[in-house]
Amino acid sequence: LHAARPLHTSQQRLAPLPPLPEKGGEVRHGLIPEEFFQFLYPKTGVTGPYVLGTGLLLYFLSKEIYVINHETVAAACILSVIIYGVKKYGADVAAFADKLNEEKVAKASEVKNEAIKALETAIEEEKKEQWRVEGRSYLFDAKRNNIAMLLEANYRERLLTVYNEVKKRLDYQVALQNLKRQKELDHMVQWVEKNVVQSITPQQQKESIAKCILDLKALSKSAQVA
Amino acid sequence: GPLSTRRLMDVRLGELPLWLATRDLSPQGLLGGVQKAWSRYCDKYINVRRGGAAGISMLLAGYCILSYSWNYQHIKCYRWRKYH
Repeated sequence: LHAARPLHTSQQRLAPLPPLPEKGGEVRHGLIPEEFFQFLYPKTGVTGPYVLGTGLLLYFLSKEIYVINHETVAAACILSVIIYGVKKYGADVAAFADKLNEEKVAKASEVKNEAIKALETAIEEEKKEQWRVEGRSYLFDAKRNNIAMLLEANYRERLLTVYNEVKKRLDYQVALQNLKRQKELDHMVQWVEKNVVQSITPQQQKESIAKCILDLKALSKSAQVA
Repeated sequence: GPLSTRRLMDVRLGELPLWLATRDLSPQGLLGGVQKAWSRYCDKYINVRRGGAAGISMLLAGYCILSYSWNYQHIKCYRWRKYH
């Protein structure tokens, strides 16, 4: 659909419809439009049409173009009843019809108003959403911060794990060395003791025991004296 | 304006035959004219917010007159006097 030809150029189109006129054309005595009286007014004044009407009536009656018979009586009775009815109940019927019309219009305009309100609330919501979009950057910053913190925490956890593992291995090595040294020490001490005990010959044993007895005697003498 | 575009009420009496000659007197034209006249009458007296009795009373009066004129030959027999 090319937009070359112009659309909606003429003025009056179908929507919105122009509103109905408030009152119909003016009619005098319910039968003769007001335009007839205005048409004759410049030439004959106010009484012109009435004179014309009377003249025509007398002409029709005298020439018996209108014949008076039973139908005339019937027409007179019917017309009088109709006119009496209209004069008495016309206003009430008009009010009732106006009320019906009012209700119809009120229903339609209610639908229209509801639609307008719904659309307006939709517009408000849309504007609010658009305002919310502006806060996108803050949201993403917060998310980025969260993620950075998570990464940092994870990195530190792993660092701690590595440290602990390395420490365990080093401790093991240290403990191993200590154990080895302790074992060597113990073994050497045992060996020295064993050799020393072995080297104490019986001769030396006797001599050392005699010496000890002599020392004890000397000590006991000094103790007796003291 | 020019004769062909004027409405009936704006035409002078002397120009009436000339004006009639410019109108579209084919069946479709006549039918179109009748439809337009009827729709104008309706828009003026019936399709209004607060119409009165005038709308249909004029139609009924027109119908009475028309039916009287169709039956005139029969009604003429019931005259009261022979010479008028």
